[in-house]
Formats: sequence, structure tokens, C-alpha cells
Amino acid sequence: MNPLTRRRALVPAVALLAGALLTSCSSDTPPDSPAGASQAAESDKGGDKPSKFFEQAEYERQLKLGKETPQGPAAKPWEQMLEPEMTDTAQYEKKGSGGTHLCFSNAGVFNPWRQVGLKNMKAEVKLHKEISDFTVLDAQGKDDKQISDIQELAGNKDCDALIVSPNTTATLTPAVKEACGKLPVIVFDRGVETDCAVTFVNPIGGYGYGAVAADFLVDKVKPKGKILALRISPGVDVLETRWSAAKLAFDKSELDVVDAKFTDGDPAKTKSIVSDAISRHGSIDGVWMDSGATAVAAVEAFEDAGVDVPPITGEDQQDFLQAWKDKDLTAIAPTYPTFQWRTPVIAALRILDGKQVPKEWKLPQPTVTQANLDEYLQEGMPPLHYAMCGCQDMPGFPKDWGGKK
Amino acid sequence: MSSQTAEKAQASTAAPYKRVVRSLGTGAPVYALLVILLVALASTDPGFYEPDRFLAFVKRAAPLVILAAGQYLVIVCGEFDLSVGAIVTAGVVAAAEVYGSFPDAPWPLITAGLLLAGAATGLVSGLITTRLKVPSFITTLGMMLILEGAVFFWTGGSPHGQLAEGFRQMGRGTAMGWLPWAVLACLVAGLVAVLLMRSDFGRTLIATGDSERAAALAGVRVHRARVIAFVLSGAAAALAAVLVGGFSGVSAQAGRGYEFEAITAVVLGGVVLGGGRGSVVAAMAGAFSLQALFTLLNLQGVSGALESTVQGVIVIAAVGLGAADWSRLRRRRIHSSGGRPS
Amino acid sequence: MSGTTGTTGTTVAPPPAVKTRAPSRSRLTDPAVGVWLAAAGVTALGWIVVAARGGDFLTLSNVVGILQNCVALGLVAVGQTAVILTGSLDLSVAYLISLGTLVAATTMEDGSVVTAVLAVLALSAAVGLANGLIVTGLKVNAFIATLGTAFILRGWIEDNYTGPAGKVPASFQHLGYDRMGPIPVSLFLLAAVAAAMWLITRRTRFGHHLYATGGDEHAARLSGVRTRRTIIAAHVLCSLCVGAAALFLASRLGAGAPWAGTEARYDLESIAAVVLGGTVLAGGRGGVAGTLGGVLVLAVLDSVFNQLGVDPFFKNVVRGIVIIAAVAIYARRGSRRSA
Repeated sequence: MNPLTRRRALVPAVALLAGALLTSCSSDTPPDSPAGASQAAESDKGGDKPSKFFEQAEYERQLKLGKETPQGPAAKPWEQMLEPEMTDTAQYEKKGSGGTHLCFSNAGVFNPWRQVGLKNMKAEVKLHKEISDFTVLDAQGKDDKQISDIQELAGNKDCDALIVSPNTTATLTPAVKEACGKLPVIVFDRGVETDCAVTFVNPIGGYGYGAVAADFLVDKVKPKGKILALRISPGVDVLETRWSAAKLAFDKSELDVVDAKFTDGDPAKTKSIVSDAISRHGSIDGVWMDSGATAVAAVEAFEDAGVDVPPITGEDQQDFLQAWKDKDLTAIAPTYPTFQWRTPVIAALRILDGKQVPKEWKLPQPTVTQANLDEYLQEGMPPLHYAMCGCQDMPGFPKDWGGKK
Repeated sequence: MSSQTAEKAQASTAAPYKRVVRSLGTGAPVYALLVILLVALASTDPGFYEPDRFLAFVKRAAPLVILAAGQYLVIVCGEFDLSVGAIVTAGVVAAAEVYGSFPDAPWPLITAGLLLAGAATGLVSGLITTRLKVPSFITTLGMMLILEGAVFFWTGGSPHGQLAEGFRQMGRGTAMGWLPWAVLACLVAGLVAVLLMRSDFGRTLIATGDSERAAALAGVRVHRARVIAFVLSGAAAALAAVLVGGFSGVSAQAGRGYEFEAITAVVLGGVVLGGGRGSVVAAMAGAFSLQALFTLLNLQGVSGALESTVQGVIVIAAVGLGAADWSRLRRRRIHSSGGRPS
Repeated sequence: MSGTTGTTGTTVAPPPAVKTRAPSRSRLTDPAVGVWLAAAGVTALGWIVVAARGGDFLTLSNVVGILQNCVALGLVAVGQTAVILTGSLDLSVAYLISLGTLVAATTMEDGSVVTAVLAVLALSAAVGLANGLIVTGLKVNAFIATLGTAFILRGWIEDNYTGPAGKVPASFQHLGYDRMGPIPVSLFLLAAVAAAMWLITRRTRFGHHLYATGGDEHAARLSGVRTRRTIIAAHVLCSLCVGAAALFLASRLGAGAPWAGTEARYDLESIAAVVLGGTVLAGGRGGVAGTLGGVLVLAVLDSVFNQLGVDPFFKNVVRGIVIIAAVAIYARRGSRRSA
């Protein structure tokens, strides 16, 4: 009796719950649309919210930097700097003898870009005999763990300098601030919201990346052409800036962005999305990507559909460069160079020598184009290698990077 | 034994129509869902049923269908296999790594090697689960960590070679110029699974999942049945790895999320977690439904971010309705035949 | 429901699962004791290995660091213990943590800390309630139900947040960073939550119902336990613990992060910790004390790996082996029952 009545109450409950779930996911969007992004109200069709990462001033700065000629040795872009404002580091000069102990708090090695980068950094450390110890703590993508790692390295190790590659911009700020009081800190890749670090090493940035790729399509695709934008996942700051810059360029042009999709970095999903887009829109005249990991899958989707591959943007990943050359694509590969992993080591040694370093060490961000493709495409490297590694002349290359002579 | 053969004979003489209806009965909601989704697909995209397009859809669904068939075997005997996603990733990366060292390795050898390795992984999981009495959720969770860790440790984070074109044909190419190999593989795997479930082994497996004790008392070697289920699931995952790797090439995250998708597909097919009930055809239909849902969401242009919300709601709703409604209807029928006012 | 009719059910599981099972097992055969011994063992081993390399493992700051690293996973795992004891499971915790940190940080940015805490706890309770209702009312298996909830939360997060959001005021960051003497304040939070959960599971009627429901739902129902309510309440309790973890992480991170919960894989890690602590995945046996031991083992292992500079990929291999081996040992000890 009891179970029966209870079961009878079930169906309305099911309906109610399902209804509640459905309405809750379609309507009442929380009112906390980012308040800080008043600069650019670029709400367009598709209901995209203005990215809270878009900053007009930074955007313009990056586009300007992209046109600058960097200072420093031309053959060593990882030692070059753009518009440096030097800062004095005499206070950090290492006294006494004995080897240098460098410490590195790494966000993780959860993607090939970071894996290549870490190899670069380790190779750079080997180049310097004065470095006697190099400690790496890997946070495996956990902000919480990286905070502890930074505390541990700053607190009880005999580190001479601390290199930090933050997992998340905002969340690591307090930990870095605390570490700054104890030893010289070098931040690279992503920044933190404090300028207490002696130097912040990073390339030009996401706006520059996104704009280069978008401008290429604007140039190569005929007006009214249909553009498919493929993004990895929402909410990653370095990727959001790429997309916001590209969107700005597309909005100004006569191109029509028919779809902006998230691929999760999964090539199978990418292939599906591209082939669906081809059949849905009849044709696609250009593909913009916010990173190159899935570029080859996109190219293959066009091949499998039996249509010509339109102009496409990728990244300096080996498999894409190879496909570009083999299939004679119309392509461009802006980069977020992995050679930036070498610079923090160099910066740390300069700081411990008391030599000046830029407060923000802006590295150049070269682009692979048709003209210089052969220069960067090196046969025998593994498919997930990043060509802009600056590692070609390092000892152990190509074997240590997984390549063959 | 003799009663079983008699039963078989009876089954084969029974009208095929009745058999179809009976087998549909267990997973009816999933077929309804699949039909709804396929109709919705047709109305959003009129070209969806052109042979090429439809075959491309089946091809895309093939890995998940094969994984679902393997997962079904494990689930129906009362276990889980959370390691299938890791097997797919490890398979793709390992194949690329081997090609890095031996660029001219013949593809049948690599494929066979992968299948064997997948089966071996399943064997280990099965033995740990049955002999050491570790719940399969934990065994395969641990196996997932071990496989992912080991393969990336081995390759230093990324494989050193490309997958050869010959190897990729299975996932990418077509037979006779129109029939994708993946569709063939999917059909064969499905057929094998159906035949397997019709065989004595299938009945053993279901009996094991239904009540291990009763099955053991009836003389079923439950441990052996479970181990075989894990072996087959591992091999199915390796086959999926061949297809996924062929379809989209090397990726360090080829199999990410497949374990949850496969289990969702099986449950969507009306198969009860905990074992003992459900049909393998329905499980595979669940996989097709899931893939159709993904495609529909993609074609509809649902805001990328909301996709997963819609997916979550539909999965819960479908499983919920499948679980609650059908038992209720049956109950009501019995109830009303009793003639008591409600 | 088909296989376990009343009689077979009670013979398979030890009959008086309802009353005597829980309190009487807390002696040496208890896995909870074993896992604490294991934690001590791993610590000793780590100390030896690190010392052999010329390092010092048991410094005060390292020990404090290990304990600090226990807090977030500990809070989640304590909650997970409650649901697993009932034979259920929660895979939505990772996304709930992410959403929790976002809600906490954005609310604190323009409101008060108290509102934010209440908002997060209310959100958690609601998600827990939804999970519980779906599991019990819709009869969706907990695995699928909470996976579905996780997808819903994920969509919600991705649709509404484009990245880290909000800002946690300095006053609230005390929770994440302050220490009382050498002990991090957040450890008291974990201790308080764990103690509360221990009292609830071991010393209340509801606690007995938890164990009874997990031991044999059918038998429990027959003996008058309202199993549905018990399962729903367990899910709410679990989500509240997850809410606490989210608040702790928000205070530690200073902002909300959409991937705070997912990149750390709190869903599977918490289940692993619970099982490592000797709680049986099928429900009915185990407890909070063991779970804390499991969390500690994982944290100590992590610290040892850190000190030795072990390749992060290799860590996963070791973790996987440790988890399987631990559960195999428990199974051998109490081998009367197969999962």
C-alpha cells in the first residue's frame, strides 16, 4: 500500500523536476555578467557575451608590439625583448660561491605545448654550469597544489630564485606575493595580478595571435565568405583573448562567421564539427582556430568530404606544418612560442648576477608563413612537437625532443 | 544442457516477428528516443539521409557503439569498466609510438597487437576483480590511472611517430569506395556481440549478473564468465582505439570521456547497472542515440556552452523515464485488472 | 530488486546489519586502523627514502604542507563517504566545487561574506537535494544521475562564466592562509566537518540508517528505515561538505575558477580516497576516520613524489597500483563478502 502511493507521487515529481531542470537551464541567467568589461560591448549575433578578458588598451598595445623590431640577438629570439623598461636587480645579486639553485613551480605538463616547453627549460638549465640544482614541482593543474608548491619552494628550500608558471592568473596572486618577499621571483607564460615579481616573461600575447590569424583570412577569403571558428574550450584566458581579437577583425571585415564551436581539443570532435558545418552551410571558405592541436583533423574533414581545403589557420605544431607542406595548403601559423620556456632561466641568472632585466620581458611572437615554412618544418620530429621551440641548436636535439636525425 | 538446446530449437522455430518484438520490449524507451532523434535530425537537416551523409554518421558513431557493446558485457554481469577511455588513449598513443620506431610496420600486425594488448588489459582487470575481490569500479579506476600514467611516462608526454596511412584506413577509409570500414567493423562487432549473447555464454553472463549466488549454485563458473567479459571489453576498447586513431590521427586525449559515454550509452539502452537485465542491441542503440544527440546539438547550433547541460538533462530524463515509467505502466495494468479503484 | 528477495538478501549480508554492524567493527580488523597504519608506514618510508637522498622529510613546514594539502580533498572525501555508505555515489562534486568557488567569489565581490557563504551552502544543498531526488525518485542509478548533474552544472558554468571571476576579500582569505601557531586554520575546518560527520554517522539514529541502507536497502526498508529519505539526506550532506570545500578553495585562490574542481579530478580522487580508507563501495561499511586516513596517504605520497622529483606521469601509475592493492588487502581481510 505504502509503496504504491509513493510510486504514484512519482510521475508528477518527475515531470516537475524535469521541468524545473529545463527551465533553469534555459532562462534565468545569473545577473553577474562581468562588470569589468565596459570597454567593448561587442555583443553580436549568436548571443556571445563580451569577453571579460577584452581590454582595448592591451589589444592596441599588442598589435603595436607585433610591428616593432625586437632588441637583442636576431638568431636568439628567446633573448630578445620588445620595448623593454629595464629594472635594477642589484639587491638580488648572489653573494658567495657555490652553485646556483633554481626552483620552478610548474602548473603542469598536461598538454604537448607544456611538455615541449619543459624540455626546453631543462635543456637551457643544462647549458649553464653555474646551476648546480634545479628543482621542479609539478602542480598537475591544481591551483591549490601550486599555492602549496610555491609556499614550499619559497619557504624551506634553499632556492636562490623562483620561477613560476601560474596555472591561473588570479588565483595564484596571493602566493606569488608572499614568495616575492623571500626571494627573487620570475613569472612567465600567464601573469599574476601583482607586479612584485622581478620580471614577467611572456610573448606578445593572445590578441596578437588572434589578430594575425584573422587578418590572414580577411586577406585570403573573398568578401561574404563563410568562416568557421574552432575554439578549444571556454573560459581559458589566453584563448579568450585570441578569440576576442579575431572577432573584432571579422566584425570589421565583410566575412561572415557562420559558426564558433568548442572542440575540447579533441580531433574526433573537431572532424565531426567541421563535416557537419560543411554540410550545413554548403561550403566553408575559411577556418580560424584558436590553437593548432586539432588543425590537422580539420584539414582531414575537408578531404574526407571531398572538397578543397579552404584557407586555414593553425599553430606551429609539427603535424600541421607537415600537412601544410605535403598538401600545399593556404595556411598560416601564428605561434605562442615554446622558446619562452628558456627565457626565465636566463632571466634568473641575470638577476642573480645583479644585471638589469626588463620589468616585463616581452618576447617576439614569430609567425610561420608560406615564406618561412621550410625554415621551421624539421623532418623527423614527433607530430605533437612545437616548431617554435628555439631548441634546434641545443645539445641533445633532436633526440631529447623525441625526434630523429 | 539438453534443455538449453531444446530452448534454442524452440526459439529458432518461433516466428521472427515475435522475437523482434520481445527483444525490443526490454529497451523500448531507447528505440523511441533514437527514432525521435533521427526524425529531429532529418527535419533539421534534410540531407541527413543521403547515403553518404548517413554512412558518415554511422562511421562516427562506430567507436562508441563498439565500446558500448563491450561495456554491456561487463555491466550485464554486474561490473563496471572505467578503463576503456584510457585503453583508447593508450592504444592510439602506443600505436603512434611504435610507428615512430618502426615506420614500416605492417598495419595488420599493429592492429592485432593492439587488440591483444586490450584483451590482456581486460584480463588483468578481470583477474584482479574476481580473484582479489576488488570492486571493478576501483580496479578499472586504478587501471585507468596506471594506463594513462604508463603510456605518457613511456612516450615522454607525446608519441614519437605518426600513424601510418595503412593503419588509418580502418577508421578513415572506405571499402569498395562507398562503405566505410568503420561501419563494417561496427556491424561485425555488433553481430558478434549479438551471437555471443544468444550463446550459452550470454545466458551465463546474464545469470551471473542477475544473481551470482544462484548462478554459482546452478554450476555457472561465474569468475570465468566475468573475466571473459572484461577481456572482451578490453578488446572492444582496443578496436575502438584503432577506429578513433584512424578517424582523427594521433592525439594525447583520444579517449577522454569515452568511459562515461559508453556507460551512459549502455544505461540509456535500458541496461541495469548492477547487472542481470538488458539487451546488447539496446545498448548499441543507446550509443547511436547518444551520437545522434551530439550531432543534433551540433547541427542545431545550440550555444556551445549549453550543450552539456542539454545532454545532462536528456540523459537523466531518458534513464529516469525508462526506469520509472515502464514498471509503473506494467504495474498499473496488473492493478487495473485487479479491478480495485485507485 | 529482482534478485534480492527478503530471504536471500538477509543471508548474503550479515543479518543484523541495522544495529550491530557499525559500532562493533571499530577494532584492529577495521580497515580504518589499517589505513592509518599505512599512512604512518608511507611516512616512515618517505622519510627514509628522502633522508637517503640527503633531504629532510619530517620538517615542520613539510608536515604542515602535507596537512594543508589534505584539506580540500579531505572535505570532499568526507562528504563522499556519507553517500558511499548508503551505497550511492556522487560524480558531480568536481563541477559543484567549481561553481561553488565562482558563486562565492562573485557574491563576495559585491556583497558580504556571510551572504556568499549562505549562497554557496544553499546552492550545494539544492544540488545535493536534486541528486538525491533523481536517485531515489526517478530511480536513476547514482552513477548516471550524478554524471548527468555534473553535465548540467558544467553547461551552466561554461555558459555564464568566461574564466576566473569575482574577488575574495582579504578578510575571508584568512581561512585559506592563516595559521594558529604552526597549524593552518583551514585544518580546523576540516577537523570540524569531519568530526560533525563522524558524530552524525556513528552516534545518531540517522547514522545507523545510513549504514543500514547501504548494507542492505531492502532489509533496511523492511525494518522500518526510510531509505529514500536517508539517501537524499546523505546526498545533501555530501554536497554541503563539497560546498565547504568550495568555500575553502575560494578563500585560498582569492577568486572563483571554472576549473578549480575539475582539473584536480575531485570526483574520482575523492572516491579513491574513500575506498582507500576502507569504506566499501557497495555501501554499509567503513567510515569517516578511514577516509581521512586515505586522504592522508595520498597527500603523503604526493609529498614524497615531490621531494624525489618523480615524473608526474609515473605518479599516476603508483597511485593506481596503491589504490588497487589497498582494496585488495581489505577484501582479503573481510573476504566473506564479494563486492
